[in-house]
Amino acid sequence: MEQFLQQLLNGLFQGSIYALIALGYTMVYGVLRFINFAHGDVFMLGAFTALGLHKAFGPALASMPWPVSLILILLASMAICGALGIIIELLAYRPLRNRPRLNVLITAIGVSLFIEYTAQLFFGATQRPFPELIPRTPVASTGGLTISVAQVIVLATTITLLIGLRIVVMKTRMGLAMRALSLNPTASTLMGVNNSVVISFTFGLGSALAAAGGILYASLYPSIEPFMGIQPGLKAFVAAVLGGIGNIPGAALGGLIIGITETLVKGYGQHFGIPSGYSEAVAFVILILILVFKPSGILGKTEREKV
Amino acid sequence: MLAVENLHVAYGSIKALHGVSLKVPAGSIVTLIGANGAGKSTTLRALSGLVKSSSGSIRYDGQSITGLAPHKIVSRGLCHVPEGRMVFTNLTVRENLAMGAFLQKDKAWIAQQTDYVFHLFPRLKERENQAAGTMSGGEQQMLAIGRALLGKPKFLMLDEPSLGIAPLLVKSIFERIVEINREQGLTILLVEQNANLALDVSHYGYVLETGSILLEGPSAELKANPKVQEAYLGA
Repeated sequence: MEQFLQQLLNGLFQGSIYALIALGYTMVYGVLRFINFAHGDVFMLGAFTALGLHKAFGPALASMPWPVSLILILLASMAICGALGIIIELLAYRPLRNRPRLNVLITAIGVSLFIEYTAQLFFGATQRPFPELIPRTPVASTGGLTISVAQVIVLATTITLLIGLRIVVMKTRMGLAMRALSLNPTASTLMGVNNSVVISFTFGLGSALAAAGGILYASLYPSIEPFMGIQPGLKAFVAAVLGGIGNIPGAALGGLIIGITETLVKGYGQHFGIPSGYSEAVAFVILILILVFKPSGILGKTEREKV
Repeated sequence: MLAVENLHVAYGSIKALHGVSLKVPAGSIVTLIGANGAGKSTTLRALSGLVKSSSGSIRYDGQSITGLAPHKIVSRGLCHVPEGRMVFTNLTVRENLAMGAFLQKDKAWIAQQTDYVFHLFPRLKERENQAAGTMSGGEQQMLAIGRALLGKPKFLMLDEPSLGIAPLLVKSIFERIVEINREQGLTILLVEQNANLALDVSHYGYVLETGSILLEGPSAELKANPKVQEAYLGA
């Protein structure tokens, strides 16, 4: 029983990171109707930005209590990667705004490879240790459960960011414009919305969340390399589809489901003839199942239109 | 208030408008009638910047708005209620109206204008918190018009407000259009396939055929014109 609870918790931590990345996929899909395959690489850049900042400002940061330095590094990396996301959209996707979606999709794969190999050029291909921004000491080991400070902080940060995002999307003028644009870009421009600005904002927001995801992920699995974004990126993409692509709460829910299922398969799969090594494939089996049985996802709605 | 000179629009190699000229005087209701595919909607889409014209000029309020982006044109008070209504289906009636007021900063004005829209279309008030996509076609049309009114228009363009709507509601919507014109002094350019109805409520009309103006004149005269009667009024 304890072991089961432990696995469930591990899945929750893992899943909350997938959720953060999945939000970016789903928001960008909402406004531009395409999957930004370079999103997982922004996740990777988030971790490297944090590493870079930590190196550059090491002595100054070391003098602060860890929560303060964590928040500073997190916010700065989110801002830098958010700006990067805006630049990626501006350079790679905006020129293709009125082209077939397939062109944009292929470009996204190109951007992804470009970021990965450029990162390899600068950072090298070897694994690098990620600084201990959050103490990895266990916070509690009651009843056989082990939870580290890092895990608690990961979950708390994710929840805070999700609530923040919810407020931005539901309560602000920009959020209203995002929702309107995703429902009908022609109508939103007729209301006076500059769609390009909203799209930039969405890319910035999604990329900032991915960067946060990267830092949190690296805090749990503290070695980073330029290709670290591929697997979590793909799984988060599956999470977004599972929740219903374009649906923000759906992406968060999908992330949690993928994370928990994956961890459970890793822990218990061998009893059912699934070696733990296969847990990496779980997300993709789920993807195939949704595409066959419910392509609109758990919370997704099939578009209805009245004429 | 609006003067269009020799407007040409092409979709790729297909020419949709070749040389449309029209004038809409301030405070009037002008209608653009014609058959399906005559270029009525294209004309409105060019005026609001949704499609780029290949040549010709559009002057609004004494200034050229040719080639401006749609959101810039709206900010000058030229609001377009598009064909098919295009309400934001998943947003509530209130949120749709808030989107209409996207560029408006004055909260008191927004509240007052929202009340005016609810007074104009009491049905919208009843459905305030309902998702727009769940309403009937006629209600969505009311919302589309109300939403445009929240953009503080000086010039309102309506594209086929009668399309796919129950006859009883059509009558009431057209009465409201006349009311808006009279009470708010709003200039209106109305595109309609239902020529009878359009000529009844408007002051002046243009007949569009395959991308150019075939006829024009005061609405009463057009209505009496045998050619118009035969082709568009089913007489």
